[in-house]
Amino acid sequence: MLRSLHIAAKDLRTEFRTKQMLNSMVIFSVQVIVIFSISFGDLLGQKDIVDRLAPGVLWIAFIFAGTLGLSRSFASEIENGCLEGLKLCPVDRGAIYTGKTISNSLIMFAVEILTVPVLIVLFNYNIQNVAGLALIIILGTLGFITVGTLLSALTVNTRTREIMLPILLLPLVIPVIIPAIMATGKIMVEGDISDISSELRLLIVYDLIFFAVGHLIFEYTIQD
Amino acid sequence: MFLDSKKEKMIAAVTGVVMLLAIWMVFFYLPEMRSGSGEILDSSFRIFYFHLPIAFTSYLAFFVVFIASICQLRRSSRKWDVVALSAAEVGVVFAFLVLVTGSIWAKATWGWYWIWEPRLTTSLVLLLVYLAYLMLRQAVEEPESRARIAAVFGIIGFVSVPLSFLSVRLWRSAHPLMFGGSTYGSSGGGLEGTSLQLTLLVNLIAFVLLFVTMVFYRIRNEEMKEEIDHMHISRY
Repeated sequence: MLRSLHIAAKDLRTEFRTKQMLNSMVIFSVQVIVIFSISFGDLLGQKDIVDRLAPGVLWIAFIFAGTLGLSRSFASEIENGCLEGLKLCPVDRGAIYTGKTISNSLIMFAVEILTVPVLIVLFNYNIQNVAGLALIIILGTLGFITVGTLLSALTVNTRTREIMLPILLLPLVIPVIIPAIMATGKIMVEGDISDISSELRLLIVYDLIFFAVGHLIFEYTIQD
Repeated sequence: MFLDSKKEKMIAAVTGVVMLLAIWMVFFYLPEMRSGSGEILDSSFRIFYFHLPIAFTSYLAFFVVFIASICQLRRSSRKWDVVALSAAEVGVVFAFLVLVTGSIWAKATWGWYWIWEPRLTTSLVLLLVYLAYLMLRQAVEEPESRARIAAVFGIIGFVSVPLSFLSVRLWRSAHPLMFGGSTYGSSGGGLEGTSLQLTLLVNLIAFVLLFVTMVFYRIRNEEMKEEIDHMHISRY
């Protein structure tokens, strides 16, 4: 566990030195929200329609920005043979997966903290239950990132990795997107955590299952 | 690999016979369906005897992919990779047919082709996952790493399917339940009577046999491809 934290710390250190990935992810997700805000421009005055649109827009922005970041997560390791170095480390391959998942999640959380205010401003929205929303976003992001990290490692050796990652990732994260969007919609309207217990349970189950499966089969993705 | 060509032809012939029998039963053996008040219903329900066996076969195909993927990661032999590929390709065709037959029935009965409903959405997700699987296979040149990478995706793809079903079930369900008590009201959905169950069973056998035959032919196809590749290499 400590070792995976070291790997995560290494990733975050390189990321915060350049902030290349973080910046492009934030700008991209803001752009997605801007585009949606423009295309639904006429509807934004109606409160009930905004309540139904905004959760979907928020998660689409997260998923798109996350896919962008994930495609770089392992591709950046390939350059200069960093992946070889990582594999030579005297750690379990699962620790590499855990470390990568932690660093990717933290970067995603940073992106999301910066994106949500933009949604609030552009969709003229107010959030009742910030803690509940944070919980949904954390659980949803973890589910998305556990699968995404595994697939990022998987696609890094394919010919067209930038195209392959979204194609593989999107059908697999449908079970995350549906409960996350539903829960976000409920928490924004009613603002009570007990209304979304079934969605939260599903997200937790998804996170656990995919983290376990990913941990088990990760070593096959970077083997050669 | 598994069968010589004589046995393969035999199984193909048996499949053909059972298939013809199944089709005959659907159109001529089945009694007319009557509603609760005794009127004769239209024949749209007959497609169900294709729909359910095809759906079952596609799940079976993807389960085969899952098992073959696990075996592939454990043994890393060419054989399991070919099995996974063949089952995935045939499974994608069946998964597509599930959506087609289901939509035709839905149009006749519900009035529209598509609704966002657990079973429908799960079938669609299933199709998308395995289309992605086939795409992934095309994106890797080197056979050994292709087998390994595809196997990893074959495992997580299968794991995601029950989760998709659960997640979509948070929405309202409208698909008729064929077995079990919770049929939706008096509008039907239960399946009673030996002739109906027998027809269903024969159709189920027919489609599973069709799947098996197609997978065997696909495996043989892959073996021949390899032989040709070897010939090319030995010529130069």
